[in-house]
Amino acid sequence: MGVLTNRFQDSVLFTTSDNIINWSRKSSLWPQTFGIACCAIEMISAGCARYDLDRFGVVFRPSPRQSDVMIVAGTVTRKMAPIVRRLYDQMAEPRYVIAMGTCAISGGVYNTYAVVQGVDCIIPVDIHVAGCPPRPEALLHGFLQLQEKITGTRVLRAEPDTLPSPEGA
Amino acid sequence: MPIDFLPVFLMVAVVVALSVFILTLSRLIRPDNPYPEKNRPYECGVDHVGEASGGLFKVQYFVIAILFVVFDVETMFLFPWAVVLSDLGLFGYIEMFVFIALLLVGFAYAWIKGALEWVS
Repeated sequence: MGVLTNRFQDSVLFTTSDNIINWSRKSSLWPQTFGIACCAIEMISAGCARYDLDRFGVVFRPSPRQSDVMIVAGTVTRKMAPIVRRLYDQMAEPRYVIAMGTCAISGGVYNTYAVVQGVDCIIPVDIHVAGCPPRPEALLHGFLQLQEKITGTRVLRAEPDTLPSPEGA
Repeated sequence: MPIDFLPVFLMVAVVVALSVFILTLSRLIRPDNPYPEKNRPYECGVDHVGEASGGLFKVQYFVIAILFVVFDVETMFLFPWAVVLSDLGLFGYIEMFVFIALLLVGFAYAWIKGALEWVS
């Protein structure tokens, strides 16, 4: 990972830097413009003027290179799975995934040979937004949950149990 | 007066310092985890097809554009030359033909090299 990632003990300097870094990360969660199935209609609605995701700093981007969040909005077929995986791979880090709707979470009603039974099978998912399809408010709530998840993440500070103890034991 | 350019030098210094600072800071903080799949060219998630997928392809318009610029410049010189031709006399008359001949050498070279053949 990064040069300074998870290298420092907790102190005022590094807790403050982590707070600033996490604040900037959670305040500009740019998702990919990437709708697979009918949940995408609700995603588009959430991005438009009535629900207005922009006020959370969520601005849809046309390229995975510029995106932080992938919203898997719909049924992932086995044919689509490698493409979803590659798009996830091509996103810049740190990257997050929101599985939107029952199909993306578990395959939903499509318990068939052609459908991936949950997008967790191919990419790591941070937030599950339930519903068939979820209302735009639910997606908004998902984004707020993701922001909450990012808050308090250790960026420069090391995980508590990975540093050698001060006594050198 | 070099002192008059002090604001310019200051601006250059500030721009350089700021960009070095931002690039260094982001280099230190950002996650750095390249792997082949991430570094592939972005093609909407599918495999690349077509002549441009290899990364190199023939830029036909480039040679045509260069030739166009050459003759464009030649025309630009010809117009003022024609206006003052009577003042220039025989020397200016011959000089312009030398200039055109020099450009024609380049044109002949491009022609022989096949720059005017359109490879489809």
